[in-house]
Amino acid sequence: MNDWHSWLFWPDSVALSIFVLSVLALLFLYAAREPMHLMIHSLCHLFTQTSRFLARWLFLTAEKLQQRNRSVLLAHGEESAALLIDREFARVGDIVRKDMQDYPALQRKLLEEVTRIEEDYHKCGEVPPPPPEWVDAIESVSQIKSGGDMPRKLLEELNKSIHKIHDKTVGEYRHSYEDRHKILKGMQPSWRSVDKMLGEIDKKMVTLHGNARQIDGHMSKFESLRAKDDKTEHALTVSAFVQLAISALVMVVALGGAFVNYKLIALPMSEMVGASDYITDSLKTSDVAALVIILMEASMGLFLLESLRITQLFPRIASMDDKMRHRLMLASLIFLVILAGIESSLALMRDMLVADKAMLMRDLASAAPPAADSWLTNVPMAGQMIMGFVLPFALAFVAIPLESVVYSLRTVIGVVLVQGMRGIAVALRFASVLFKRMAKVLELVYDIPIVIPLKIERWVVSLRNPAAASATGK
Amino acid sequence: MLLGAALMMSSCSDGRVHSQAVYMLVDTSGTYAQEMNKASKIINYLLATLNPGDSMAVAKVETRSFTEKDIISRVTFDTRPTQATAQKRAFKAKIEAFANEVKGSAYTDITGGLIQGAEYLNETRAGTKTIVIFSDMQEELGEGTKRDFPIQLDGIRIVVLNVTKLKSDNADPRQYLARLKRWESRVRKAGATDWEMVNDLENNMQRILNIR
Repeated sequence: MNDWHSWLFWPDSVALSIFVLSVLALLFLYAAREPMHLMIHSLCHLFTQTSRFLARWLFLTAEKLQQRNRSVLLAHGEESAALLIDREFARVGDIVRKDMQDYPALQRKLLEEVTRIEEDYHKCGEVPPPPPEWVDAIESVSQIKSGGDMPRKLLEELNKSIHKIHDKTVGEYRHSYEDRHKILKGMQPSWRSVDKMLGEIDKKMVTLHGNARQIDGHMSKFESLRAKDDKTEHALTVSAFVQLAISALVMVVALGGAFVNYKLIALPMSEMVGASDYITDSLKTSDVAALVIILMEASMGLFLLESLRITQLFPRIASMDDKMRHRLMLASLIFLVILAGIESSLALMRDMLVADKAMLMRDLASAAPPAADSWLTNVPMAGQMIMGFVLPFALAFVAIPLESVVYSLRTVIGVVLVQGMRGIAVALRFASVLFKRMAKVLELVYDIPIVIPLKIERWVVSLRNPAAASATGK
Repeated sequence: MLLGAALMMSSCSDGRVHSQAVYMLVDTSGTYAQEMNKASKIINYLLATLNPGDSMAVAKVETRSFTEKDIISRVTFDTRPTQATAQKRAFKAKIEAFANEVKGSAYTDITGGLIQGAEYLNETRAGTKTIVIFSDMQEELGEGTKRDFPIQLDGIRIVVLNVTKLKSDNADPRQYLARLKRWESRVRKAGATDWEMVNDLENNMQRILNIR
């Protein structure tokens, strides 16, 4: 309590002691003014320079990191766009290949139809009636210059014949028209068939046109990616953030599924690996074994989706030849089915264990046995078994959001790092400015307690050299 | 990779022993033999609480208790839960059979039971060792029984249950308190890690074991 009294020259006279101490301190501070100012200046300069150096380094590193992120982002974007274009081309190729395969048959059919129509058309052609014979006869009769009623009778006979022939000709002509109409009627299905075929061709052409438009869209995106403009980079970055958010959400849902899965098999796993073995103070080996089973299921699902080329986390699998890839897919699927079967069995065992333990507890508590079993008591067991079999397959699809997380997280971390570095750099720059100004402030603060000796110094200097004193005062 | 991780985890398994071992001494001397029903309840509680891999033994306190013959039943539960459940059922059956034919003994050799219990517990090599004494803690030794020497209870918890008051205790409670103090001091001197007394068996049963 009285420690500060030890600083006093005369503990009985506190005021005097403090006064003497203050005078001594003032003298010391005045004497040390120049080195202290130098020290303050040096320290502030040191902090300023260091901050500036660090800020500059951070800005440069952030710039480099951004360049690197940008190149990776654009490369990934290009790769994705190229993949999309490739798939679109493959789709178009499939359509064209399929249509081209049918095209010879279609062409042959069309040709046949056209030939039939042509033939029918020719058949339908109007046959001009033969020139009437009576014209020659009338010319002959007209050349008879004598004969009385002879020409008249001849003409009458001729008229009768003409009428007869006319009727016959008209009948034949009508009959012929009737035949032509029949042919034309028969042509109707051919026209319809041709119309249908042309319609199909038109529909396919529309689909192809749509695909072509999509390819155009992808190509323009690809071109903008190749151009490496800021707009594209910004769009890709935003897309990465969105992808990460969506994938993270799906992953959280999948984690919930994995947790349920874990709860289903953790207890029965103790029957396999023992319930009394611990890895850490609170972590049982059986719990870890259950976790390993779940992770193996997820891995098998990952390999399955990789071999199906749905995800592309492992380039080695993607670059395998089709036969090998097919084998890997089959192996993954078989393992997944086996693991699902194991899990379903474990779920059944869990139910049995729980029931057994409940019965033991009832025995120990000398409680009455439960009411007779009904089919309702088997529902949870069946549910557990079904869940045990289905959940591994559901977990297999985690590979898709996982891939998204892996790719988008890199971009997001990169952006966060760059922004963080820039933020720190700005703060350091601000600190450097602050330290620069702080030197003067600290010097002034130092001078405040020794203002009296300073004034005396100036007064003495002014007495000795008024001109210098006025310059110093200024 | 996963297999490697699993192997690594198994190789790095925790060196500590997590199993528990419980040795329960049941006083059968005099009128205390009538408390056997309560003892059965405690045994059932222990059976329900102990895990696979744990060990348990129940022994009676008789005229001279430093003998395996006084152990009514002992078991180390299998690490498989189904087997452990079956063992618990068999254990319970043995205790019930004993409870039906229990006879009161003339003397009460608690010290002999403690020595026997410590020996059993040390053999189990369990991580947590507990001796549960179901008795009024009034030791009465027969003629020729030597128990006035230091005993070894290193690393063992001592839990005394249902310490009933004798008529003399009612007359002079200092006797009861002095008796308990003497026992506590003796077991602590012998190296016991903990001394716990539980008389309210309905509400404080969980204090018997160090439940994980």
